[in-house]
Amino acid sequence: MKFAGLVWSNLKRRKLRTALTILSVLVAFLLFGFLGAIKQALVGGVDLSDANRLIVRHRVSIIQMLPLAYMDRIGRIPGVVSVTPFIWFNGIYQDPKNFFGSFPVDPVGLLDMYPEISLPAAQRKAWLETRTGAVVGRGLVDRFGWKIGDRIPLVSPIWPKGGASDTWEFEIVGIYDAGRKGADTSGFYFRYDYFDEARQQGKGSIGWYGVRVDSPDHAAAISRAIDNEFANSPAETKSESEGAFAQGFVQQFGDIAAIVLAILAAVFFTILLVAGNTMAQSVRERTNELGVLKAIGFSNERVLGIVLAESFVIAALGGILGLALALVLVAAFAPSLATYLPGFFLPPKQLVAGAGLVVVLGLVAGILPALSAMRLRIAEALRRSA
Amino acid sequence: MSNNDEVLVDVHGVDRVFRRGSEEIHVLQKLDLQVRRGEFLALMGPSGSGKSTLLNLIGGLDRPSSGTVAIGGERIDGLNDRELAAWRARHVGLVFQFYNLLPVLNAQKNVELPLLLTSLSATQRRDHAAAALEIVGLKDRNTSFPSQLSGGEQQRVGIARAIVTDPTILLCDEPTGDLDQKSGDEILSLLQALNREQGKTIIMVTHDPHASARATRTVYLNKGRLLAEKPE
Repeated sequence: MKFAGLVWSNLKRRKLRTALTILSVLVAFLLFGFLGAIKQALVGGVDLSDANRLIVRHRVSIIQMLPLAYMDRIGRIPGVVSVTPFIWFNGIYQDPKNFFGSFPVDPVGLLDMYPEISLPAAQRKAWLETRTGAVVGRGLVDRFGWKIGDRIPLVSPIWPKGGASDTWEFEIVGIYDAGRKGADTSGFYFRYDYFDEARQQGKGSIGWYGVRVDSPDHAAAISRAIDNEFANSPAETKSESEGAFAQGFVQQFGDIAAIVLAILAAVFFTILLVAGNTMAQSVRERTNELGVLKAIGFSNERVLGIVLAESFVIAALGGILGLALALVLVAAFAPSLATYLPGFFLPPKQLVAGAGLVVVLGLVAGILPALSAMRLRIAEALRRSA
Repeated sequence: MSNNDEVLVDVHGVDRVFRRGSEEIHVLQKLDLQVRRGEFLALMGPSGSGKSTLLNLIGGLDRPSSGTVAIGGERIDGLNDRELAAWRARHVGLVFQFYNLLPVLNAQKNVELPLLLTSLSATQRRDHAAAALEIVGLKDRNTSFPSQLSGGEQQRVGIARAIVTDPTILLCDEPTGDLDQKSGDEILSLLQALNREQGKTIIMVTHDPHASARATRTVYLNKGRLLAEKPE
């Protein structure tokens, strides 16, 4: 610690240069944090997926419907614990740009299948008692300023309502929170029985099934058993784990992880050059001073340590400030992005990776200048200055 | 109790050869020199005669190509880099022509630098540095940075830095070479006082006969060899 003052004084030698270098490192880590949060939002579903859960959809495409009658047959397959249906409703609230996920579901089946949907018991009860009741995620409620008791009109281009009006009307009876960090709170769930009775077409059909199995070890075998059950039928199925389903969904955007990695690699390579150049210049400028330090008894290793410490301080200041700023900004933006990027948050593992990157950046940017400082010959260093 | 007849510096049969491409430059040749404890030795000679090279060898900043260098009976020519650095920190105080203070540190912190290599506490370091600055007459300028000090004052800080660890030997490489006559005289008086009053052994490289006159003994170097007497 007693050398900290010396390290800090050296960094203050060219304040503007040091500040700009720290700033560029800060921007890189801010980007690192932000992209990490975006990646988390896009692939988070994969992480949050439960190995005990399967998705069963039409073999051709998820937009092809399956018969509701499959539910009992799936439920009878050994190893299947519960089954619940889903439909993509595509509800529009007032304006087509007000997009969010809306699904007719079986309330009991949904809440049983997804314990991460955290709903107070009284609201669950109200949902079971209210045929037009809807349970809405906290993110969506915050977005539109809704509250319990509000009546929400939705129009679906896929599912026109029978009767005089094509507008579906729901009453908000519950607001759910995410039981796990990063879980989606932008969903709008309402009762399948109300939906099926009121829809003009497709009665008795559903979009896909969520299936809970008794053990992740049996998931693959049960998937095969379900698909075999409906082989050669008019509506063959494709069953896969929830993680694989989420992965497939995300990959429609491309390989997000690879894209993020490529951007970050380019950014950090540039930052490495910037920080490395700063350190190299700093060492070149004070060849004489390093020679003096050695002359008065600083060992080669100590000089190496001092230069490396300067590099680490630059990386750490920029990195910590950048990650802290990313943390603050991600938290600030998360509510407004909740419906587009549910699960937009900076996961702890990204912060740990950031800390690791700080160490790597400090080391790699500083090692060559530090080695050249270490190898300086005293007489030569002093002669150069004279 | 130190014995003033004791040989402190014993340079024996020293050669220092530098290579420039295929050419070998013999900067020092079969050089012998002994300096007694408490001496103030002036080392004179023309440019390129090997004065600074000899000083570097005595100060453990360089190693001889052959021959031996012993300080206080301890051979330093065979020490490795780390041992030599530790030895310098304990035994050598260096005063440079161009002061070589760290511009980012104030006078106090510059003087404390060698103490960072000791086990002294921060308070002890501060006290030692203050005492050294008092000896050189700059007690009140401890917070000044080198750029705020005159050349003479900077050299005083340089001397304070050199003596703060109470080294065995003080090596000065043209300490007045960058100063005007008055400041130079003040620095020489200070070195003389350190030698006379505190018994510091000093070896000073200089071109200036006026400076060498302050020393207790002067030796002359030419083309890497010591001369028996002052050259004409």
